[in-house]
Amino acid sequence: MDCNKEALELMHKHLDGDITREEEAQLKNHLEGCEECQAHLHELKRTITLIQSTEKVTAPDHFANKVMQHLPVEKKHVRYMRWFKMHPIVTAAAIFFIFMMTGLLSAWEEGSKLTVSNPENLIIEGDMVIVPEGVTVDGDLMVQNGNLKIDGTVNGNVILINGKLVQDEGFDGKNLMASAGEINGELKEVDRIFEWVWYNIQDLFKGIFSVE
Amino acid sequence: MELLIKDKIKQVKKGDQAAFEDVVLFYQDKIYQHCHRMIGNAHEAEDIAQEAFIRAYVNIHSYDERRKFSTWLYRIATNLTIDRLRKRKPDYYLDAEVKGTDGLDMYSKLATDEKLPEDQLEGLELQNYIQKQIAELPPKYRSIIMLRYLEDFSLQEISEILDLPMGTVKTRIHRGREALRKKLRHV
Repeated sequence: MDCNKEALELMHKHLDGDITREEEAQLKNHLEGCEECQAHLHELKRTITLIQSTEKVTAPDHFANKVMQHLPVEKKHVRYMRWFKMHPIVTAAAIFFIFMMTGLLSAWEEGSKLTVSNPENLIIEGDMVIVPEGVTVDGDLMVQNGNLKIDGTVNGNVILINGKLVQDEGFDGKNLMASAGEINGELKEVDRIFEWVWYNIQDLFKGIFSVE
Repeated sequence: MELLIKDKIKQVKKGDQAAFEDVVLFYQDKIYQHCHRMIGNAHEAEDIAQEAFIRAYVNIHSYDERRKFSTWLYRIATNLTIDRLRKRKPDYYLDAEVKGTDGLDMYSKLATDEKLPEDQLEGLELQNYIQKQIAELPPKYRSIIMLRYLEDFSLQEISEILDLPMGTVKTRIHRGREALRKKLRHV
């Protein structure tokens, strides 16, 4: 075995811990008969020990403190962006929620005009819708963003969205029976957004499941 | 400990700046030592070690949590030291002989932090000698020798830190060992 080439190569392999068993046997065999290589390996091992024996250096005082002082201050939007990146599902849910809410709100806002489902024969004064005496509305009556006064008859359900049913004050101070009008159906008043949403949902389901 | 650090890094990633201080405290001595040995000068070493931690913080999102944090951090620090050594003017080396001192160089002028009793002086001289020999190695061997024997990284990890193929790391560690052996055999 050539001391300067093969044996040396094997020694370093040995030191790096990636020598095969066969190679190790070869090296051992060689070392037994070669004092020069023995000395060489011994010197290498001693060198490593000497390197490892050197004093450990420690960081100067307040090192961590100084680092912390030099860290860039995060801008708020960076922090938010980072948060969003960290929580993609929450972000998706939030975006969905925003779209949903703006959709609903715009639908709500859109309907700030007075609308009446079937205005024939009805009197409209400002935001007041009047069913005059002697007039009969066949079918449901829906009034949105207006008050309703019924002197006549409604043959169906009355739905009031963002409005109230106005009744003439009776002489006894009570509203009961003071209105001459008659509703032959349900009266439903919707004047809060959640009720309105609920009503819309109900309406949707009714639409889906009603059998014509 | 690695687990605790992993946890802290997750917090840092979530924007908790204060959690980074624990990371710094855990690694500061190792990183500072590495920079000090690479650069050979306390002031510059502190500068670079600080810069390394700041860069780690700023780029924390590019750190892949499946890998070891220390290899990533050392990679930043080593790159910074190598850059600094490249920019340095050649006459700035501590090894340079000081005129009129008959063989003394800047190392002998470096003040030690504390006074030691006389019986430790000999040990200290040996220490200084060994450190000087390490410092005199060309940087490409020095970094590998230090990572392997002072900082206990595996050859695989060193190849990741220095972004060098395994074969190159092995060749360099062999040459580094041989060079140091020649210098230290008579100690």
